Amino acid sequence: MGTSFTIKVNGTAHSVEVDGATPLLWVLRDELDLKGSKYGCGVGVCGACTVHIDGKPVRSCITPVASVGGAAITTIEGIGATALGRRVQAAWLDVDVVQCGYCQAGQVMSATALLAQKPHPTDQDIDSAMSGNLCRCCTYIRIRAAIKQAAGLPTADTREG
Amino acid sequence: MATRDALASTATPSASEQLSRREFLSASATLGGGLLLSFSVPMAALARSGEAAPDSTAMLNAFIRVAPDGTVTIMAKNPEIGQGIKTMLPMILAEELDADWRQVRIEQAGLDQAAYGAQFAGGSFATPFNWDPLRRAGAAARQMLVTAAAQRWGVPAAECSTAAGFVTHMRTGRKLGYGALAAVAATIPAPDLKTVTLKDPKDFRIIGRSVRGIDSPKVVTGRPLFGIDVTVPGMRYAVFEKCPVFGGKVVSANLDAIRALPGVRQAFLVSGGGAPEGLVDGVAIVADRWWQASQALEHLEVKWDEGATAKQSSETFAETARGLAGQPPSKSVRFDGDVQAALAGAAQVVKASYAYPFLAHATLEPQNCTAAVREGKVEIWAPTQTPQNGRELVARTLGVPESDIAIHMTRCGGGFGRRLNNDYMAEAAWIAREAGTPVKLLWTRQQDLQHDFYRPAGFHNFTAGLDKSGRLVAFRDHFVSFGANDSFAYQAAIQPTEFPARFVADFELSATLMPLGVPTGALRAPTSNALAFVFQSFLDELAHAAGKDPLEFMLELLGERRVLPTPPGRFGSFPGFNTGRMRDVLTLVAEKSSWAGRRTAKGRGLGIASYYSHFGYFAEVVDASVASDGEVKVHKVWVAGDVGSAIINPTGAENQVQGAALDGLGQALGQAITIDGGRTVQTNFHEFRLLRIDQAPPVEVHFLKSEAAPTGLGEPALPPVIPALCNAIFAATGKRIRSLPIDPGQLRSA
Repeated sequence: MGTSFTIKVNGTAHSVEVDGATPLLWVLRDELDLKGSKYGCGVGVCGACTVHIDGKPVRSCITPVASVGGAAITTIEGIGATALGRRVQAAWLDVDVVQCGYCQAGQVMSATALLAQKPHPTDQDIDSAMSGNLCRCCTYIRIRAAIKQAAGLPTADTREG
Repeated sequence: MATRDALASTATPSASEQLSRREFLSASATLGGGLLLSFSVPMAALARSGEAAPDSTAMLNAFIRVAPDGTVTIMAKNPEIGQGIKTMLPMILAEELDADWRQVRIEQAGLDQAAYGAQFAGGSFATPFNWDPLRRAGAAARQMLVTAAAQRWGVPAAECSTAAGFVTHMRTGRKLGYGALAAVAATIPAPDLKTVTLKDPKDFRIIGRSVRGIDSPKVVTGRPLFGIDVTVPGMRYAVFEKCPVFGGKVVSANLDAIRALPGVRQAFLVSGGGAPEGLVDGVAIVADRWWQASQALEHLEVKWDEGATAKQSSETFAETARGLAGQPPSKSVRFDGDVQAALAGAAQVVKASYAYPFLAHATLEPQNCTAAVREGKVEIWAPTQTPQNGRELVARTLGVPESDIAIHMTRCGGGFGRRLNNDYMAEAAWIAREAGTPVKLLWTRQQDLQHDFYRPAGFHNFTAGLDKSGRLVAFRDHFVSFGANDSFAYQAAIQPTEFPARFVADFELSATLMPLGVPTGALRAPTSNALAFVFQSFLDELAHAAGKDPLEFMLELLGERRVLPTPPGRFGSFPGFNTGRMRDVLTLVAEKSSWAGRRTAKGRGLGIASYYSHFGYFAEVVDASVASDGEVKVHKVWVAGDVGSAIINPTGAENQVQGAALDGLGQALGQAITIDGGRTVQTNFHEFRLLRIDQAPPVEVHFLKSEAAPTGLGEPALPPVIPALCNAIFAATGKRIRSLPIDPGQLRSA
């Protein structure tokens, strides 16, 4: 039943033998032992599984491995290899965003993709880029502050009161 | 550094503000359906844990090891569910040890209550129960290090002081690091914990300083930390399908067809004991990969015997509750004075009925557990809030002695009360034994939403009387709830001290119970998360009816500063309700939110509410607006809280309070679990809507420090935000929210 796929994850090519319909999330977690990307909903509505494919944030839980081809996949385990990724991770730690932490890999991946597109995002940019990522602990205030800090913006919440 | 040994500790909280060990033990009985604790920390603190120390380190007690290079390893005793306890409890030990925080390493302890005392996450109890014992355990270890140094130097211990990982002989200035002293210190008899000298809080150097989450570097780099990340050699993956109707029995399933699916190794029926807290009937599928197991679920056809509750629904509950509201209650909870006479004499009588729905916990990490059963010994890796309950459950389920069951606590991707129950642990252990191979059981999101222990729905029917001057003179609530045989269903009860009980002379609290087949449980700030909404909203109604400012109305109701004792009940006694502390947080939140000078723009308003739960006093103000289409927008939340004399880790404390306030807004704005045909309707997050970032306003947090010993913060900031929001909506629109979640259709102005 398995088909061989070669996928490029964090700069390294990996061959896996799986059904082509297998979501990328489960290939990462259970074939490649990259446990950072998380299962939350399985239908692309919580964002915990967010990875980058050619720099764009995608929900790996609804992305069949057969659809990925030779595109460059970046996961939370590899995002620190870029200067921007490191900056986002550092801001997350400095702002002390994390509560349970389960969603935060997905949050960091979505935030990094946002900042790659918009180095100086507005609050509206943050809302639209991040509203697909649920945080059950509701660390949203600090997620917003960390994104601004990584962007070199003032972290004070200046949304219209 | 002050010569601290010369100072008597004068700052320990008064005995009346401390929770005694008896209270600790009895209070824990309120958790998770009969959590029994055999040990308190003080007794256990001097035991050596079962976890072996590396050879080169010296174990001063169960919590503290010191390596020759001065590195201090502190065991984090409780489950980490996002409340920050793995960072915060070690801060308390390190403070009294007088360690250099930069040299502290924290390790998660395994389940070993003989060594660590009670290990659970619930009820916001970790701070009040561990504050004093862990201070003493840290101080005892410090005293052993001081004794070792004094012996080395041949000087009285009283001439020695400590700071940041060193002992200093004050007269001569000689210094020795903890690393050099630890081996000798570990051989010194442990001092009596009752007599150790504690620091004067003004000398705290770690407590009160923000320490960032200890595991956060691993979180943001994607390291495996959670239950779902566990891998053990030879492991397979399992799913377990239960009857959608709670309590239903399995009759048969297309097991042969399932076994033929890709990757599936085994498929079998499980006959459970029936109680939802343990193993119930279902179908187990074990596969090489979880994705394969979950795909097999799509093909699973099961014949269920749905049982007696298959006709229950949220709609019929509501209908029945409406009917029962008009009949005499079946159960009295509190009866003070003569409410009937007081209502007859009142200048104004106000009536209102309120309702709230079932809620799921929806931890973002679905329930999961990895289990291995080898030669009769069971090993469990699980995200759990009550590991000892889990061990007992597995022992009962498999018929294995507890001593043959090892429990490894993983980081939990959220708790919120869901993981007080360990049903998934019993399932994984059973399936692993049947399969003959270690398995990782992982629930799908749909299974997780549909097999929860839900916050029970409830229906309140209020009648209150105001006198000519607008004073509250009569109060009655007929609570229509769930239960059987005159006993409330779990977490569906109300206490006879529910505010404003004891603040109105003529007061009546009664109940009528409906039978329920839906499992219920504790959701963050259990009972309070619902009762704050109904009581604080109705009190706001009464303030408006009285023509008074809601803040003034509340302060008048609270009256003079005093402590109302909480009568000892089934679970022992607790500190009383301090009206002064509540007055102070109300006054503070009013000041911070400019309550007195608030605008009265059409469609936008401020609401205020307060609530006492988990020993914490919280008052909150919400600024909200309502658009013409009825959509609610929250602009800002102000929180004032009093949880005692110290905020142990300020960054964690603020994070908990902001999260709790936003969690409450999420409940009010979008969440309900609907029961239909005896089962849960919602399947995923598009139907059970958690708050998203674009709905999350700024939350400004202020702490007021009082004399009381510090208490917990995971829960008490949640309850008041819901009525504060609903009261703001009333201020904005003149429309009263009496049912959750908020229905924009009710608020449409067009």
